[in-house]
Amino acid sequence: MSFLLSVLLTAGLLFGTPADASASYDRGPFAITNAELVTVANGTISNGTLIIENGRITALGTDVAIPEGATVIDAEGKSVYPGMIDSGTRLGVTEVGSISLTQDYNEVGTLNPQLNILTAVHPNSRLIPINRTAGITTVITEPSGGRISGTAALINLHGYTPEQMLVDDVQLMTMNYPSTGRRGWWDRRSDDEIEREAQEAIDELNTIWERAAQYAQIDSAHTADPATHTAPAYVPEMEAMLPVVRGEMPVMIRVNRSADIRSALEWIADRGLDQVVLSGVAEGWRVADLIAEAGVPVLAGPVIATPSRSSDRYDRAYENAALLHEAGVTVALRTGEDANVRNLPFNAGFAVAYGMPYAEALRAVTLTPAEIFGVADELGSLEVGKQASLFIADGDPFEPATAVTHLFIDGYQIPMESEQSRLYEEFLDRDPGSALQVQE
Amino acid sequence: MLSRFLSFGCTLTLLLLLGVAPLLAQDRGDVLIQNATVHTVTNGTLESTDILVRDGRIASIGQGLRAPSGVQVIDATDLHVMPGIIDSHSHIGISNVNEATRPVTADVGVGDVLDPYDVSIYRALAGGTTTAHLMHGSANPIGGRNQTVKLRYGDLNPANYRFEGAPRSIKFALGENPMRVHGEGQGIKPRTRMGIEFVIRDAFRRAQAYAEAREAFANGERPAPPAYNERMEVLADVLEGDLIVHSHSYRADGMLMLMQVIDDFGLNDTFVLQHSIEAFKIAPEIAAQGIPVSVFMDWWGFKFEAYNAAAHNAAILIRNGITASIHSDSGDLIRHMYHQASKSQRYGDLTDDEALALITINPAIQLGIDDRVGSIEEGKDADLAVFSAHPLSVYAVPQMTFVDGVKRFDRATDPDDMRLQLNPDGNVAPAYAGEAHSHSHAHPFDARGHGEGCMQGVNLFEFLSTK
Repeated sequence: MSFLLSVLLTAGLLFGTPADASASYDRGPFAITNAELVTVANGTISNGTLIIENGRITALGTDVAIPEGATVIDAEGKSVYPGMIDSGTRLGVTEVGSISLTQDYNEVGTLNPQLNILTAVHPNSRLIPINRTAGITTVITEPSGGRISGTAALINLHGYTPEQMLVDDVQLMTMNYPSTGRRGWWDRRSDDEIEREAQEAIDELNTIWERAAQYAQIDSAHTADPATHTAPAYVPEMEAMLPVVRGEMPVMIRVNRSADIRSALEWIADRGLDQVVLSGVAEGWRVADLIAEAGVPVLAGPVIATPSRSSDRYDRAYENAALLHEAGVTVALRTGEDANVRNLPFNAGFAVAYGMPYAEALRAVTLTPAEIFGVADELGSLEVGKQASLFIADGDPFEPATAVTHLFIDGYQIPMESEQSRLYEEFLDRDPGSALQVQE
Repeated sequence: MLSRFLSFGCTLTLLLLLGVAPLLAQDRGDVLIQNATVHTVTNGTLESTDILVRDGRIASIGQGLRAPSGVQVIDATDLHVMPGIIDSHSHIGISNVNEATRPVTADVGVGDVLDPYDVSIYRALAGGTTTAHLMHGSANPIGGRNQTVKLRYGDLNPANYRFEGAPRSIKFALGENPMRVHGEGQGIKPRTRMGIEFVIRDAFRRAQAYAEAREAFANGERPAPPAYNERMEVLADVLEGDLIVHSHSYRADGMLMLMQVIDDFGLNDTFVLQHSIEAFKIAPEIAAQGIPVSVFMDWWGFKFEAYNAAAHNAAILIRNGITASIHSDSGDLIRHMYHQASKSQRYGDLTDDEALALITINPAIQLGIDDRVGSIEEGKDADLAVFSAHPLSVYAVPQMTFVDGVKRFDRATDPDDMRLQLNPDGNVAPAYAGEAHSHSHAHPFDARGHGEGCMQGVNLFEFLSTK
């Protein structure tokens, strides 16, 4: 049984029984009618209908029959978009920024491939509803500590267990490439010290990789012929590196400075890694041609950020995604955020304002990341057979004045409520209060 | 060639190289902006309208205006003009932020450490911001004095950044930061919110006694003046209403406490709440006391007292009749305040003028400079931001920024590297390694550019290791 199927069945047990008819997450069937369908994959359909059944998009077009018993959502004057995907966040693994005991993305130690971010994803984090109601259905949530931080995961922003949230078993080994940049204004190391420390870190990384390769050899030999070859001694870190060195698990390399990106690309080539993506890539624009040539996709962002150097033109961070795209790099966008992942559409909007074609920016938060993570058959566009992860908006979702009115994740209709919308409702016209209010 | 210039270590050479020098000679400009969509903020939006600027002031607004001889004409067809953006809470352009050595530091002021070389000033101009309220940090219940400045980047004299005639102001801070620095960090009051109230009331009472003694000496009722104390001098001025109190605050209980103290000392007219994550919960009380509030648009969750937040804060305050603004508190956000303001239409349906007022006339009122800036009106300073599209659209790109009629930013012609000072022996153009995250409060150890954050100047490494 595939993982996805098991998720669907589990979910079915939770929600699909008659006893659960009043559950707050409705799974349809739904018919969204009179809508502009922005499919991303196959253009835009005016005055279209989209059908959601059993969690899937089962039909879309201008001549579509509405299934019996379907909840009809009249989207007159509105548009339907595939759910947005943020390719780098800490959603679910941090709650309050200054309280370290609510943060689960940064473990002690430099080598932690055996750690899995899903272990720490908190499905009931208050941050999740607050951010998904912007039309963001799916995110990469990632660890960030040490050299090898553990595995990141692609999760839907709905579900009662991390396993229900995980999309198609997409997990990536997360690595911080050794950096020659400064950690902040307080980093007083000399240039030489930085250079030396970075080189030591690269040497260490190479050692890790060589040992992992040896470990894999011993393991393979044992598997092939247990009688003559003993199993490798138990080393949890090396065990976890097995799928990585065997090319079975993709690697996500966090890297920002141009010299480091250059070095990382050489390192990737030396290792012969082909399942690899770069994340962050703040100075990608300086080496965009190299990245394009290497054919490595990037998860770029945040877009709305200051440039990495005081000598840089003020808008380099805004332009980065556009310049990468122009050079031929495959670009998905990430916010690197937690509390404000909801700013993903605005990051995409800024990328457009500073040169990225609109269709590409929309793709960079929908179909492109789905392709990069190997789930383009499930997510990223409005197509028959895909997961019904989508939203309805009364305008361009990148514009702040636009309202997202309906949200579906994996076929479930998600209430457009969050702690913040609840507070707004309660306090806009608070009672008691009106007697104290100044006259309008 | 650049390296040859650098080898002389000559700042002046670089200035010429960067083309900034022409700005130095002149700080009040003349210009005619023609055929723009003009967002006056206070008098609606005017289509196809001209703005004539003479000697740094808006001389006239209308159609078919003629340029006097020698006045540059800018064709703003299809462009939008709004008042220069005002940031009521920033820490850019100052060499120090926190004098975190004692709970009351009214005797220091960031106006003494203005840094005209901070490229963040230029980057703020490139986002249409022309005025900023540079604030002392939040380490102390009563911090240092703040400084309202105009972003006259290119002028190397720090004194020329001061906003002439702007009221003086002082920073207060409630809640976690002063409790952490003093109570947890040094084992002195305040370690609780009770302690914060005591520290503030105590300082006010001592300043009152000081002022009375001063007065008594002046009236001949005392043989000698009180021993001179700069801190008491400043606080006595605060009690006179000569300085506006801008208080960092997060939780509603803290705001209510300080509102009571302020009311007890008769300072309601010189008091502004800052950050105020939970202000929306007590909007009727704040409105009844007539207190203006400056808030983050959507930052939240970076500490526990910022957890019970709503991005609808600004909108709720406006709907309750409060003079509300939004601020940056960040070297990044100060570059796109117009975008932050636009979110008030997602989180609360403010009108265009209400949204723009959050970053123009309302902060001007809070800083006591609304007779000079904050709207496009004849007679006001010619602080103007020109955009490619409606400034509340995510696709709007700032094109030009004028301060006192002087064009300080021009997207079409400004060179890439706008630093004014290089150290040939120093690290060349350090690049920061981490993610360009924005909330400085959240992750003190992450790289997020320099010159940011309320806790800057507090040695967090030392601080945390002694906890």
